[in-house]
Amino acid sequence: MSVATAVEIAGLKLKNPVMTASGTVGFGEEYAPYLDLSKLGALVIKTVTLRPRAGNPPPRIAETPAGVLNAVGLQNPGVEVLVRDVLPRLARFEVPVIVSIAGETVDEYARLAARLEGVPGIAALEVNISCPNVKAGGIAFGTHPDMAAEVVAAVKRHTGFPVIVKLSPNVTDIRTIALAAAGAGAGALSLINTLSGMVIDVERRRPLLGNVSGGLSGPAIRPVAVRAVWQVYQAVNLPLIGMGGIMTARDALEFIMAGARAVAVGTANLVNPGAAGEVAAGLARYLEEQGIADINELVGVAHRAEGGTAD
Amino acid sequence: MSHVLNCKIISHRRVGADCRRLVLAAPQVAQAARPGQFLHVRCGGTADPLLRRPLSIHDVDQEQGLVTLLYRVVGRGTALLAARRSGERVNVLGPLGRGFAPPPAHRRVALIGGGLGIAPLLFLARELVKEEREVWVFHGARTAVELGCADFSVLPVQLLVATDDGSAGHAGSVVGLFRESAAKMRPDWVAAAGPHGMLRVLTSEMRRLDLPGEVSLEERMGCGIGGCVCCSCRIGAPGNWQYRRVCADGPVFAAAEVVWE
Repeated sequence: MSVATAVEIAGLKLKNPVMTASGTVGFGEEYAPYLDLSKLGALVIKTVTLRPRAGNPPPRIAETPAGVLNAVGLQNPGVEVLVRDVLPRLARFEVPVIVSIAGETVDEYARLAARLEGVPGIAALEVNISCPNVKAGGIAFGTHPDMAAEVVAAVKRHTGFPVIVKLSPNVTDIRTIALAAAGAGAGALSLINTLSGMVIDVERRRPLLGNVSGGLSGPAIRPVAVRAVWQVYQAVNLPLIGMGGIMTARDALEFIMAGARAVAVGTANLVNPGAAGEVAAGLARYLEEQGIADINELVGVAHRAEGGTAD
Repeated sequence: MSHVLNCKIISHRRVGADCRRLVLAAPQVAQAARPGQFLHVRCGGTADPLLRRPLSIHDVDQEQGLVTLLYRVVGRGTALLAARRSGERVNVLGPLGRGFAPPPAHRRVALIGGGLGIAPLLFLARELVKEEREVWVFHGARTAVELGCADFSVLPVQLLVATDDGSAGHAGSVVGLFRESAAKMRPDWVAAAGPHGMLRVLTSEMRRLDLPGEVSLEERMGCGIGGCVCCSCRIGAPGNWQYRRVCADGPVFAAAEVVWE
């Protein structure tokens, strides 16, 4: 039986619901030898900022139980290098490219959106208001509903691309931020970014990461992420992109059944560079095995299950 | 070209004090690998521990299609790997990274390894001997037993050893041993690997002697292929350096360009 895996996110048509999570595959090129990028729904590339950023001092990564703590600090060559060098190189991969942006001020987000407006090779913008590893901006915008709305509105004023807003789990109630982003014109929401965390190096009696604290990802955070998707699905009428510890198609199905129209594979890429492609293939196989004609039938299906009442 | 491969374990032996020598059937890796490159190894099969472990390629047998890794059991990942037996398969990604590139003009090469830093230097020594260069190997360890992790007797090289406790060879650091021997052997190129502290002292000694060469760096690593930008080191000149990726831009860098913390 032929199954339909295509989904639509903020007007963007994707051949399947599987993306890469920003920051886990660089600009995608490093992964091309291991992963057929054209088999993905979209490639979400590493966050860019207005100016180049050196990133945080090492160590930048620590292994935690079934997870990873990282504090890269948005190292990137800046938007000008992205536009001039990187985006033209990505055209050959024949995959929609979603550009993640972050600023230290509302004005920087607006200027990034303006600089990227109309640039060929971009399918959508993902507004990163949830990076826990930078001193200014980043998560500060993702933890206050008014500031989140201000950033999203500023980006919307300067772009014609679909705008996806990436939410932080480091808040009291993620629905308030989701509602604020939706009210300001977001076309879709990505959730979740990493959870703030920390590891102490007991031998050296000091924080292990150069940045002291970092962002936790991987299978350890999956239940947290699934619940966030579940909650936001009930509160906001926008397409959701679910992520947090997806290693397999079965993990992706949890997010889809909780209400995600698309999913992103992140930390799994660090372990298995072919992971995102395997998740996409696994979803199609599941539909065939279960006799489900269209993956959209599964979006939020758990909410309609008997006994599946509110949270 | 690197690959994700499930390689059969041909042998897996305890060597030195707490090290293991792991021989894998990996013809593609054996053909492609250069000295100084590494394999990114999945130690277990589950989500915990999650990340791969970067292990130096210790030796290669192209004819037999074998690749030898040398590692120390330091944590849960390497302990899981150490429990794997001959006949089982291990998932590896590689060969990865930029290896050693001794310029052809340099004919008198000193290889300096501290602790597990000796691992990539056997493969390098083998290649240098093939190219008919003169090779001195300086192997430093804490004790005589730890020196047993690597066996250079199979190669026509001059081996000098140092131990911290004086139980074999020169009593003291391997850099001290190198400093004493350099005047006599007059090397024209150096390759080294080992702990940060040792490499920092060695590179300042190399600067004093105006001696070129390369060092292999280590840092906590994520993907191993340059995507996650976690394994950063400082490359350039003091006051004018950039973060580079140990996995993809290294692990081998020109000694003069490493800016130590």
